[in-house]
Amino acid sequence: MDFSKLLEGNTWGILMKGLWVTLEVAVIAIILSFIIGIVLGILRYSKLPVLSQLATLYIEIVRNIPLLVVIFFAFNTLLDKLDSLVMIVIFGMTVFTSALIAEIVRSGLNSVPIGQIEAARAQGMSYIQTLIHIILPQALKRMIPPLVGQFVTLIKDTSLAAAITLPELLHEAKLIYSNPSYVNATIPILLLVAVIYFVVNYSLSLLSRQLEKKLAG
Amino acid sequence: MRLKKWAIVALSIVTAVSLAACSSDKGTATDAKGVGFKEKIEKRGKFIAGVKFDSNLFGFKDPADQTVKGFEVDLMKEFTKRTFGDVNMLELKEVTSKTREKMLTSGEIDVIAATMTITPKRKETADFSRVYFLAGQALLVKKGSPIKDVKDLNGKQVGTAKGAVSGKNLKAINKDAVVKEYSNYAEAFQALRSGIIDAVTTDDGILAGMAKQDPNYEVIGNRFSKEPYGVAVDKKNKDLLEAMNKFLDATMQDGTYNQLYKKWFGQDAPKDLPKDAVLELQPGVEG
Amino acid sequence: MNWDFGFIQEYRTEFIDGFFLTLKVSMAALILSLIIGTIIAIFRISSNKALRAFGTSYVEFFRNTPLMVQVFFFYFGLASIGYKLTEFWIGALALSIYTAAFIAEIIRAGIQTVPHGQTEAARASGLSFLQTMFYVVLPQAFKLVIPPMCNQFINLVKNSSILSVIAAQDILYVGEQAIAEYDPFSVEIFVAALYLIITIPLSQGVNLLERRWAKQGTR
Repeated sequence: MDFSKLLEGNTWGILMKGLWVTLEVAVIAIILSFIIGIVLGILRYSKLPVLSQLATLYIEIVRNIPLLVVIFFAFNTLLDKLDSLVMIVIFGMTVFTSALIAEIVRSGLNSVPIGQIEAARAQGMSYIQTLIHIILPQALKRMIPPLVGQFVTLIKDTSLAAAITLPELLHEAKLIYSNPSYVNATIPILLLVAVIYFVVNYSLSLLSRQLEKKLAG
Repeated sequence: MRLKKWAIVALSIVTAVSLAACSSDKGTATDAKGVGFKEKIEKRGKFIAGVKFDSNLFGFKDPADQTVKGFEVDLMKEFTKRTFGDVNMLELKEVTSKTREKMLTSGEIDVIAATMTITPKRKETADFSRVYFLAGQALLVKKGSPIKDVKDLNGKQVGTAKGAVSGKNLKAINKDAVVKEYSNYAEAFQALRSGIIDAVTTDDGILAGMAKQDPNYEVIGNRFSKEPYGVAVDKKNKDLLEAMNKFLDATMQDGTYNQLYKKWFGQDAPKDLPKDAVLELQPGVEG
Repeated sequence: MNWDFGFIQEYRTEFIDGFFLTLKVSMAALILSLIIGTIIAIFRISSNKALRAFGTSYVEFFRNTPLMVQVFFFYFGLASIGYKLTEFWIGALALSIYTAAFIAEIIRAGIQTVPHGQTEAARASGLSFLQTMFYVVLPQAFKLVIPPMCNQFINLVKNSSILSVIAAQDILYVGEQAIAEYDPFSVEIFVAALYLIITIPLSQGVNLLERRWAKQGTR
């Protein structure tokens, strides 16, 4: 094991570039997943005929398939339609994560007591009005911690895209230790990569806890 | 009310995504008819070559200066310089044995120059240039290993890369070898060095690159296949294929090819490189 | 679209073996992660400061780093210090160490929902901390944690696909071999379907349980 290699050459610079790609992909994917996930979650909750069932089908199928399979699927069948490797990964992650967020949204919606909804309806509010003014504001508040959790998961899962050579953090690390003079530094480099992921994700988790406290208070 | 807007935005994204997924091509097919690849690439300002980033000697990313180097990289640089007059027009994208064909047919890259053996099956999906390197499949083992030849691989674990022909070749010659396919050769070598597997099998050129990384390992045994490498070009780009062939012939005549060969492999290039060849499993090794 | 399921014939035995490898590695990892997770959960709520710190660090570290990095770390790390395990056991180990961090949190949440009064009463009647845990708290906690636990098992099955990168011959690994020669779309559909055969019954079971328990709760 050779820890000195970590300080040599551009190891740190290369890893930081990789981290940047990781964060870029994760941020775009979480935003898209959030938007699509909210729509899917509301559709499933809504009990609108057909649409509700379709949303349920989508959610149940997608969240029960490994993300790696979704990514390979996108790579092998959509590369000629989407423009780049980054797009493929964002697409795969959005398809997958939106189903998980839809479930977060649904359980957030379900957590609003039925009494409140009945009261709102009794006062003459329409279904949509009740949804927008009564249910969603409360549900969104409860959804924040699991959403941050999902974002952390996304950052971790971006490492799966190393398998299709997306130049994210883990992939760049692998390219470093594939090199002649760095083979002895494999374990130190993997450790460093783990620490980088940890620092980013743990900070996010702490942030989420702070938010949670603020919202509860 | 803001939520209503969100819902509209989200719905339009869903529609856009599904529409994008349904419309079938990026228009490359229509371009190819009228405009030649040269104008197309000059207009784009980039010639994109798919090369290995993890194969010593052929294409590897050097952490010291973050550039990609190797024999195939140099060939592509020379091609770009001669064809477009500016080496900076070359963009290198990483491919692995697993991803390269998909990257080419989808138009992500213009050519593959990534230790790619010409096989009849691969000729169905892409066109190949003339042969620019002749490799043979061999074994890499730790020095002093009891494995001396393919015959000794019964029940042994042998690593190679996904999407490569090496695993199938080996199985055809010794069906009792246990083949393990990794994402790339670097990982297979890593597994060998960690003692997880007993040998790595692929083309001798790649193996020589690994043996150079770590002198505790050596390439052994007879070459049990003939693996001619060609530059792969999408079937739509016949004119690019022609230009690549002309370029390779020219460099072989004016000595540039030999000079690059010597730079990376430390010896003169073979004089009898065939123009046209496909993968051959060497008979007679079996016995 | 040209469907082509010819690969199923050629890779039939490989797919069957791959399917069972995925199942077996997930089961092994489930058992291991339940054990590790329970221990870590007890550490997390123990009155010993050092144990608590260890438990917290374990949970925070492992759930905030990618499983893929951990898999590579164990794969190359264990071998380099002389421990030779098969891909199966390295995979099971990495999966369970990772999953244990999540399971520990589920168990801890379960334990903490058991009213404090019960624990105190048990301790007052002379049970030791461990006895209280095993006879009073854990049996109740386990019931509360079954749905999230099932979800973790589903995650385990899905996450086990990562082992294909260290050449464990699971469903995805075989699928990738088939893709090299056959229509990718058909192969991917088939691979996804094999995972769904395992995960859908589990997730439907969780949904059913949750619905039933929700009804009981409102009664």
